[in-house]
Formats: sequence, structure tokens, C-alpha cells
Amino acid sequence: MPSLTIADVERIAALAHLELTDDEKPLFTRQLADILNYAEQLQAVDTSGVPATAHVNTARGDQGVERADEPRPSLPVADALANAPDAARDAGLFRVPRVIG
Amino acid sequence: MTLVDRAARDLRQDIADGTVSAVEACRVTLDRMSSANPALNAFNHVDDERALARAAAIDRQRAAGERLGPLGGVPIALKDNLCVRGMRTTASSKILDSFIPPYDATVVQRLEAAGAVIVGKTNCDEFAMGSSNENSAYGPVHNPWNLDTTPGGSSGGSAAAVAARCVPLAFGSDTGGSIRQPASFCGVVGLKPTYGRVSRYGLLAFASSLDQIGPFARTVADAAIALSVIAGHDPNDSTSATTEVPDYAAGLNGDIRGVRVGVPRAFVSEGVDDRVRTAFDAALATLRDRGAVLVDIELPHAQFAIPVYYLIATAEASSNLARYDGVKYGFRSAAAKDGPLKTMYSRTRDEGFGAEVKRRIMLGTYVLSAGYYDAFYLKAQQVRTLLRRDYEQAFASVDVVAMPTSPVPPFRLGEKTADPLQMYLGDVFTVSVNLAGLPGVNVPCGFAAGLPIGFQLIGRMFDEATILRVADAFERATDWHKAAPPLG
Repeated sequence: MPSLTIADVERIAALAHLELTDDEKPLFTRQLADILNYAEQLQAVDTSGVPATAHVNTARGDQGVERADEPRPSLPVADALANAPDAARDAGLFRVPRVIG
Repeated sequence: MTLVDRAARDLRQDIADGTVSAVEACRVTLDRMSSANPALNAFNHVDDERALARAAAIDRQRAAGERLGPLGGVPIALKDNLCVRGMRTTASSKILDSFIPPYDATVVQRLEAAGAVIVGKTNCDEFAMGSSNENSAYGPVHNPWNLDTTPGGSSGGSAAAVAARCVPLAFGSDTGGSIRQPASFCGVVGLKPTYGRVSRYGLLAFASSLDQIGPFARTVADAAIALSVIAGHDPNDSTSATTEVPDYAAGLNGDIRGVRVGVPRAFVSEGVDDRVRTAFDAALATLRDRGAVLVDIELPHAQFAIPVYYLIATAEASSNLARYDGVKYGFRSAAAKDGPLKTMYSRTRDEGFGAEVKRRIMLGTYVLSAGYYDAFYLKAQQVRTLLRRDYEQAFASVDVVAMPTSPVPPFRLGEKTADPLQMYLGDVFTVSVNLAGLPGVNVPCGFAAGLPIGFQLIGRMFDEATILRVADAFERATDWHKAAPPLG
């Protein structure tokens, strides 16, 4: 596994919508490299033919967790907008800055 | 014994008998919180008015001759990642500093229906990410046994509040040990139920295949009562199980003769502090004296639990935390309010999230990204399967598994903050339980230089009854749970 570079960290930050400061970039590069190097030990485990576990209740075979797709009461629009940093409350909309720079 | 020392079960009985009113119990609790909290910083938010009104309603209910619920009039605290309608809920993050939930978590509905009185929200690591409570945007919680020491994390405020006699019962969430480890560090009982036992609806999500809500208490019986209240199927959480909910407290009969306790000797042989080892060995001897049978077991893949956990949990977190973008709720960066939109997203997230949360979002994004998915994320999910099989094999021959909760006693605030990997390594005994979806309970079993030590009992899926029965039998044979911290 190649070691992590600042360019890698910038690429990941862009994917995650994080605008890191100049101080954070070298720090995260070092810390994330430490953690990923530690995680390298998993490569030594033989997992050929082993299925992945995404969720333990898939293995449990628990049935009956899906409900009928019927309309039910939901959160009133005013409540949904109440926490928005910027909203057009009368129109029932969240407001965001311009999309194109 | 004063009112603040009363267990939840006894306090509820006092209120039912009329020897104490719910309002009186609530006032004593609020007084205790206001005297203890300046030193502890265990509470992010206290709502006196709401609590007293709720307590008065319980008293009216009793005066009208109605039967009180199983937690009738009992003051409780909730970790600040559980939504209460109209009560500020922050997950100890700047990004949710002003968030007022428009709905109740299912556990909140169930607790209030059972008569519990919510007095406030407890401090925690930001979005439940941490093992020391030092990642809170509102400052660390201090351990009531020694204020220079961490209470553990991420549910450090809930653990400290119960230990310091602020409340008899508190609730937290456990994704990789966030109930059991702070319970161990603060000397209280902390239970992580089976994945699916308790609805996660209204819990601010961290890692959805691992998160579970559970209680902190000073007795196993109180934890058992609390679990019976919060457990059960919920149509709002499709992963909540339909498995029947027993009366867990009724099963605590003190009899553990013939119960087979598995001890993964090889796994617990390395990297464990001598004082933790001594306390753990003494706990095993106590269980044996009560009639349990100790059996050596192997968990060959448990040594890989930390990397598996930190790859899976961060991958899930990177997805769950994508919703915090400065649009629907919470903080929006003032620096980018005029856009463009993508800059507003990234500035908001960089300013709103703390360092540990950003680190985990970055790690999770990386392991899910093209070219690394198979090597990291998929590999971790495969080893997760092997780990689950280890436990399945162990439970073919034992009823419970015992191991220390933390390899070390509580450490000093600031001791591990510079090195995230070192902090993660402390989760060695807790994370495998979440990965396998099993229930686990921390029980106090000793002290090291005045600081609590605990051990955990792990059960089969949906067999909380057995680990609680063993934990209760241990509690009956020991006095560790009776010790109160020196805090005045």
C-alpha cells in the first residue's frame, strides 16, 4: 500500500466536502497514514471465500421488518424548516447560496 | 443513605408508596446536579422547568389512584445524541449547536411513557466518536473519582452523572464500547444491548450497523428494568427486532450454578495492565465460587477487531455525517454565506466539525473510495464475518464470555489526545462485541489507585437475560457497586 501524501488527503477532503486548513493537512496526512498502516495487518488474514458482513441482522434471518408502503402522517413542513439556517418559510423551502461560482 | 443514593427501583417504590413525591425527588436531583456539575461538566443542558412539570404530573397521577409506570417519577439523563422534541440536542458538536429536534426518539417516548422524568442532556464525545470525552465541543467531562482523569467515552457525561449521584439512571449509545468503557471508568453498570434489541430511531447516527442505545445504572437490577422499558420492535427502525421482550429484572435470581463462563485467555493475555488483570482474575474467582464453571475459549480473530472496527465504523460515519451541510439544520459558515454552494458546504463542515470527527470522515471516505474499497472496506467486512464465527463457536460451549472492559484503568485527561491510534487501541475488548452484534454489560470489579475497574460479560444475541443474571449474582457477592466517589 503506498504511503499517504498531502495530495491524497486533499483529494479525500474534496470528496468529503471538507475544506481543510493548512495546519490540518500535514497532521491528518500523518495520522491517517498511521491508522492505515496499522490496518494493513488485515491483509494477512485469509478471507478467500468468506462472505462480507454488512449488517448482523442479515445473518439473523429476522423477517417481518418491512412494513406496508402506505402513506402516514409525516413531519409538518414548518417543523422541518424550523432548524434551517436559512429558509423561505412562507414558500416552504430551504434557501442555499448560489450554486455556480 | 440519602435520596440521591437511592437506586431507581427503590426511588420509584418510595414515590409509589408516597414517602417521597416525584417533585421532591426531582428537586433533590436538580440540586445535586447544580452542585456537582461545575466540577464534572457532565451536562450540556438542564431543563428544570420541564422536569418539574413532568414530576408534578406523576404526582397527580398517583394522587388520582393511577398505577405508576416502572420508572414512575425516576429522574433520568440522556446522552446529548438522543432527540427530545423541543429540547436542544447537539451531539456535543458545534455543527448542531442550535438544533432543537422536532420529534422524540423512540426510547424517549418509551421512557416517558414509563414515568421517567428527563432532567437534562449529558456531555459526550462529538457524535459519539471518542474514548475519553475529550472530543466534545463543550469541553471534557471530568471523572468524579478524580477530576484530572477521563470518565471514558463516548458517553462520559452519562457515566459520570450516575456515578456522582446526580441521577440513578442515564442513557447512552454504544458503537464500539461507548457505554461499557465509561461505565468501567466511572464504576457503574453499563449495558449495550444486542444489535436490534432497542430502536435507534431518534439517535443521531454514527455507524448504523453498530450503534445501540443502553442504560447506565448503579445496580444491575436498575439496568434490567430500564432495558425492559426501552427494548422492543419499532416500526420506525427496520433493524429493530420483533423478538419478545422479557421482564429482565424478574430473572435476577442470584443463581448461576452451572453457568458456563468462557474466558478467551490468549486474547486477554497481552497488553493488559496488571491491576486490571488482578481485578479480572478475582472477578472470575468470585463467579466460580458462586457456582459458575470457567471454560477456556479461543477467539482467534479478536486480535483484528480494532482495524476491522475503525474501517467499518468510519466508512458508515462518513456516509451518515454527509447530511450535515449547513442547509437543513445546524450551523452554517458565515464565511461562505454568499456561496458558491460547494464552498458553503466545505467551509461549514470544516468549521462545524471537530478534529476527530473530520479524521473519521476522511478515513471512511478513503476506505470507500475507488481503488481502496476492496483492500480495506470489503476486507474488514470479511474479517467481521470471521469474528462473528469465533463467537458463534464459543457460544456453542459456553453461556457467557467474560473479559476486561478496558485494558487499562482510567487515564489522565490529555494523556492520549496527541495520538489517535493509541486512543483507538484502548477499545480492544469492546469493539468486537459490536461487530458481532452481541449484548455486553460492564460490572464494577475493583479499584486501581482510587479509580474504578470493570469487567464485561458478553452474551448470545438476544440473551441479555443471562448476562444480567450473572452480573447481578456477581453484584450480590461483592461491594464494588456500593462505593461512591469522593466528590462532595
